[in-house]
Amino acid sequence: MISTKKEKESLSRNTQINRLGLWHHLTQSNHARIGFILFSAITLICFLGPFFLDQSFDSTELELGASPPSLEHFFGTDTLGRDLLIRTLIGGQISLLVGFSATAVALLIGVTYGMIAGYIGKKTDIIMMRFVDTLYALPFTIMVILLTVLLGRSLILIFLAIGAVEWLTLARIVRGETISIKTQPYVEAAQLNGLAHHKILYKHILRNLISPVIVFATLTIPSVILLESVISFLGLGVQAPLASWGSLINEGAQKFDIYPWLLILPSIFFSLTILSLNFIGDAFRDGLDAKN
Amino acid sequence: MFKLIIKRLLQAIPTLWIIATITFVLMQLTPGGPFDQEKPVTPEVKLLIEAHYGMDQPIYEQYIRFIKNRLMGDFGPSYKYIGWDVDEIIAQSFPISLELGFYALIIALIIGVPLGVFAALYHGTKMETLLMGIALLGICLPAFVLGPLLLLIFSTELGWFNTFGWNVASDRVLPAVTLGLFYAAFIARLTRSGTLDVLKHPYIQTARAKGLKESKVIWIHTLRSSLSPVVAYLGPAVAGMISGSFVVETLFFIPGLGSFFINSAFNRDDTMVMGTVLFYAVLIIAFNLVVDLIQIWMNPKIKRD
Repeated sequence: MISTKKEKESLSRNTQINRLGLWHHLTQSNHARIGFILFSAITLICFLGPFFLDQSFDSTELELGASPPSLEHFFGTDTLGRDLLIRTLIGGQISLLVGFSATAVALLIGVTYGMIAGYIGKKTDIIMMRFVDTLYALPFTIMVILLTVLLGRSLILIFLAIGAVEWLTLARIVRGETISIKTQPYVEAAQLNGLAHHKILYKHILRNLISPVIVFATLTIPSVILLESVISFLGLGVQAPLASWGSLINEGAQKFDIYPWLLILPSIFFSLTILSLNFIGDAFRDGLDAKN
Repeated sequence: MFKLIIKRLLQAIPTLWIIATITFVLMQLTPGGPFDQEKPVTPEVKLLIEAHYGMDQPIYEQYIRFIKNRLMGDFGPSYKYIGWDVDEIIAQSFPISLELGFYALIIALIIGVPLGVFAALYHGTKMETLLMGIALLGICLPAFVLGPLLLLIFSTELGWFNTFGWNVASDRVLPAVTLGLFYAAFIARLTRSGTLDVLKHPYIQTARAKGLKESKVIWIHTLRSSLSPVVAYLGPAVAGMISGSFVVETLFFIPGLGSFFINSAFNRDDTMVMGTVLFYAVLIIAFNLVVDLIQIWMNPKIKRD
């Protein structure tokens, strides 16, 4: 889901009050249902499909070259004679994996950082959040490009780099939630009873953060996938022979006038994924709006 | 108003200082250095080059010089475009990016706002579903998907436009549409929900009670308030267009700052990368300030912290 940062934050209020209402909305909404089905289908095809294909994603057939879709190669082949279907599926695996792992990295950093800032409060909070604000001044794409210049262009580093910028939004949300949880009587009671801070953070704060965090993780995944694709499209991300949807679309974009299928087929997969995640994200948003 | 400007400018100083420091640290950390990928140079030559760029001095002196130069608007020489200073490259290429961004913004607004208003006007009908469906489609087609598709349809098949370049007026069309359409879709959604929100207010009921036509109510009475989320979104939108310009300029071979930035990231032209990042940061901070001022002008009730 591509939403403005502010929007994401405004969603965070009251997230946990009615999670049943949200769940009800999600299961009732047609859009959400279509989104879930479409997204699960794409994920299943990408991860299981390759087992039913006997081609490999990097075996070349130079004399064949780029051939249009046929019975032997359903999606055709690229300029090096590699089967495009298997490359699209493998590319999808990479895009989805980067989407999920970078989101996990962002969660780990963002939740820890936001929780600490919100819990300690005072000057620590001001300094920590001022740092986040500063990094917010730059678009995430620029920061990831900066990091690829510094770290190089390997796959693991890409999702680390993306996770290393996407946590900023999460940190802000988690901080806000932590502050509101911190003032609850049961947390004060725990503090008065002399419970250690790390236990309070874990038992009372982290557990209550779970539902808003899940919602924002869902919204983060598509923006991560989009970011990875842009980076790979620019040639700064996944390197050949490995592929992601971004790099496949880039290859297609270079030869679109002669071999249009190289562009169109990966684009369809990519856009359907973003569409399905948008549907899911919209349903979350509507669900939250309906409650408020 | 004046106070706000001063306050925001003061806030910008530490932000820029931190970003400058981060870029400096990153440059120091970058493994190798700008001269390592080419054929290896002899140690003596390397020392000479490093002396030329002041890399032989102690790190804190380099840092002080770095900050001082940036303050003077001097971004240092490019490591790859020999004989060029980074600020010269920016001065040459940025106007092109600015022009592209300007057209894209116009397209985003003249498509997005009416689309959103019409959707609100037909709230609850099939028409609204259709219009918002179009907007959703736009959101699912980011620049790097839309651009090649537009090229395929309008350049290769129909032959209306050149496939690349930035020479004649018609070369502006496809890149600007590619960059702007995504934001048009987003603006349409914001305008729709903004309009629907405003329509609930009593003064709209008053206008309706006076017997004004519904279209007049919407276009004249609500637009100013309902556009405030759109104006607020212009800040992130422009930041996003800067990132989008990397894709669009690379795709259409436009010699703007975006394609220079990507090239220098590719070639690890550190001074160029860091200089451009700093330049973008200044640009975005300045633009966000302008957006805030427009918001206050449009809706004086907004009181910023």
